Amino acid sequence: MVSVRSIYNTPSSLTYHDLPWIITHREDRCTLCGQCTAVCPVGAIYLTYRRQRVPKLDVLKKQRGNEYRHFVGIRQQTDVSKRCIGCGMCSMVCPNEAIGPHPNTNENRSAFVRSQKGDAFKRGGRRNAPGKTILDRISFDRISMLTDPALDAGRHEFNYNTILGRILPPEEYLKRKASGEWIPPTREIFPFIIGSMSFGALSPNMWLGLLQGVAYCNEVLGIPVVMATGEGGCPPWILKSPFLKYIILQIASGYFGWDEIIRAIPEMQCDPAAIEIKYGQGAKPGDGGLLMWFKVSKLIARLRGVPEGVDLPSPPVHQTLYSIEESVMKMIQTMSMAFGFRVPVYPKISGSTSAKAVLNNLVRNPYAGGLLIDGIDGGTGAAYDVSMEATGHPIASNLRECYLDLVAQGRQNEIPLFAAGGIGKNGNVTQNGLAMIMLGASGVHIGKYIMQSAAGCLGNEMGRCNVCNVGICPKGITSQNEKLFRRLDPDDVAQRVVDTFMMIRTETKKIMAPLGRSQSLPIGMSDALGIDDADAAERLKINYIC
Amino acid sequence: MCRLALKSADEPFSPYEMLMAMEAMQEGYDGSGLGLLLRGIEFDDFKLKPNHVILSGIAHTENALQRMADFMGESGYELKYQHEFDMRPGIIETRNRKRFKYVVRVYKTPDWSNLTQDEQELRLTETRLALRKNGEDHGGDLTIFSLWFDVIMIKEVGWPLQIGDGLGLDDDRIKARVVMAQGRQNTNYGINLYACHPFFIQGISTMTNGENTAFIPIKEYLLGRHIPGYLGYHSDSEVFTHILHYTTKVLKLPLEAYKHVITPLKTEELDHHPQGDFLKGLRTACRRLIIDGPNAIIGTLPDETCMLVMDQKKLRPATVGGRPGAWAIASEMCGVDALVPDRDPALDFQPMREHTVIIPPERKELKIWSQFDPFTIPQAA
Ligand code: SF4
Ligand code: SF4
Repeated sequence: MVSVRSIYNTPSSLTYHDLPWIITHREDRCTLCGQCTAVCPVGAIYLTYRRQRVPKLDVLKKQRGNEYRHFVGIRQQTDVSKRCIGCGMCSMVCPNEAIGPHPNTNENRSAFVRSQKGDAFKRGGRRNAPGKTILDRISFDRISMLTDPALDAGRHEFNYNTILGRILPPEEYLKRKASGEWIPPTREIFPFIIGSMSFGALSPNMWLGLLQGVAYCNEVLGIPVVMATGEGGCPPWILKSPFLKYIILQIASGYFGWDEIIRAIPEMQCDPAAIEIKYGQGAKPGDGGLLMWFKVSKLIARLRGVPEGVDLPSPPVHQTLYSIEESVMKMIQTMSMAFGFRVPVYPKISGSTSAKAVLNNLVRNPYAGGLLIDGIDGGTGAAYDVSMEATGHPIASNLRECYLDLVAQGRQNEIPLFAAGGIGKNGNVTQNGLAMIMLGASGVHIGKYIMQSAAGCLGNEMGRCNVCNVGICPKGITSQNEKLFRRLDPDDVAQRVVDTFMMIRTETKKIMAPLGRSQSLPIGMSDALGIDDADAAERLKINYIC
Repeated sequence: MCRLALKSADEPFSPYEMLMAMEAMQEGYDGSGLGLLLRGIEFDDFKLKPNHVILSGIAHTENALQRMADFMGESGYELKYQHEFDMRPGIIETRNRKRFKYVVRVYKTPDWSNLTQDEQELRLTETRLALRKNGEDHGGDLTIFSLWFDVIMIKEVGWPLQIGDGLGLDDDRIKARVVMAQGRQNTNYGINLYACHPFFIQGISTMTNGENTAFIPIKEYLLGRHIPGYLGYHSDSEVFTHILHYTTKVLKLPLEAYKHVITPLKTEELDHHPQGDFLKGLRTACRRLIIDGPNAIIGTLPDETCMLVMDQKKLRPATVGGRPGAWAIASEMCGVDALVPDRDPALDFQPMREHTVIIPPERKELKIWSQFDPFTIPQAA
């Protein structure tokens, strides 16, 4: 046994199989082109020369000796800051299928040493909770077999749009209409909304692609898709363009970008779709927004009215205000007034056991245009790992409770509830969304799904990639580095957005048709839902099926 | 599929006529139940006065009958007449089903001269609901179908003509100017009689064929209105009656608005509608009342107006035909033939998705109104 000191070893030392992803490299296939090392966003692999001793024994000559074989290989860094993130870009660029990451199924010791330089682990992405979600397990079981003819998803006409904005009770609507009083603005939109991802979080090409796709859905296909900006403003050319009507502008506690927006109001050709006031986010409740300095490029700095290259944290709360009730009231009123009471204004909160209290507060506020609840499976551009993993409330039961609360008050048509956080997490976006709608949501926001579907985001629930925070996004989705975001062609993104929404539209019809629904979005049609888990069925007040 | 028939005539006629017409349509139902609504009543041996109301239902036990009578007396209603059905034994199985008495009683209302029409109607509803609750609290021994000025309702399980024979409806002792009848399918003896069409609330009644797939959200919304009588929902079609009530009585909109509430036009259609702006707002405000599924809805209003509307895709059949003075609506054409044979069948009309067919109380001519046409909105549009 050798003395310990002769082996390089510190408390943070790791070997390659202590890492979450292990690189397999096949030397017999490697052409040494170097593409993998060049593309790796974290510098996890390097090219190295190795020497192998081959002992040699010549019996006839009675000679012993050694020969040395030299070879060139790819090796994996074991430094925790350079650990492989499993993005798979190396396999994508390798011409010979010689390299690729594999999840470490044994143990991930690097988790114990992620606390480096006095900071806790931060990343982008989502909660690492793989497997089927509750929404994935719900099936639509009230098939309309009693009467024929059944609906035909391909031939019949379907009304699947939803309403965003405060809706008056019918009596009040008639009264106000007769006397010419103000009627709160509403929008008829597609129930799948591209959730808020900021212009700083996303690359310019990603943003442009999304907007192009959304415009095409609206103007050519007649699918009234809207998208939300996230905090951080909106490029001036969009603010002054007719595309603004497809955009939900977000205001959050940092108020980034709102100087530009307010200044642009006189020049706006149309009103935005809505204003979203962010109070909380499902992925990181209690945290404000965070744009790390890597991503504060010249363009972003200009949009947000800040210096380049500084961290941009938004405070966790809207500081100037005393309580959430007061805050919500003032913010909603201020925003409504800024846009002449022509634009729906609604808050976004983190999924929480206290969501019902916020909701009841909104019910009493005649200007509140809805409530968006973002569950624990929501995504984020940057957050502390502990927030993402362990803080928050799953969306299904949270939204259901809020909806049933409205039903008990007879106000379910007045405040539309929107759900976010894990919709389409495992790819079943329409199924998840319609399940949420039948549980009582008026619509759903999709963020990660659209990044995966429209831009090929590599992240998953097993810690894959998720480096959105540091500006090294290998797909160019969440980077402000030109070299990276040029990898993403906005036209391709737009095409994928369109493909995605056409698919969602078709699947929506395929779900609605057998249920005998075509006249209106089946909001709250809980009799159509079943789940193979008695406890979940009981909690969600849907059928238990097995 | 259930079979529906309605006849409205100047000259009161026997409900037995309707049952004969149901026979003509018998192919389509299994004869497992019957619901009848009679309006514009004439008793052969009693003359109704304006301050008279009629209570209809079934007392399943003697005790229930007594409680019912006591309750009415205590509430200030004075019994004026009681129709004795000329029961023919052995036709309806009454004993196992516990039908102690089929009730049709005329009461004089308490002195309501200081009450408005709305208040009087509310009193009637409250009395009906209290009686219904009384029955439910006693193991369902009292079923109350209606309490209204000139409406009788009869519901029973079995083959319609047999029920008519069993109750002796062919004796011409009760006649009515408007009769609605539904022959049910898939009804069993254990059925809650409240689940049988037609449904009734404050003089408004509808019956439907088909299935209402948006039932649960609509039901939840109606329950949330907290309006007396918005309860029950043993059948998914009951909501159609309550929506008609809500539209005409609560929102005080004209009958035409019903169509815009249950099957609103699309945005592209409303963009070109003369009242598009108002109607879009109405559609949004009443969004939870949009029906779904294949339906023909046949209804009557307190003033003897009758109407027929279709679902948004016109997935169910229904025909209207007749002549001045006598009109019929039926789910099958042969039903109209049987009800008003002396008409010009060439003028029969089958409404499409946008139509509301209205038989006005004067019964001179049909009004066929299209949803694309404007209508008079009292103060709003
Ligand atoms: S999987 Fe990604 S991070 Fe890992 S070595 Fe390959 S390119 Fe680098
Ligand atoms: S591909 Fe980009 S956006 Fe997706 S997880 Fe990786 S860094 Fe984040």
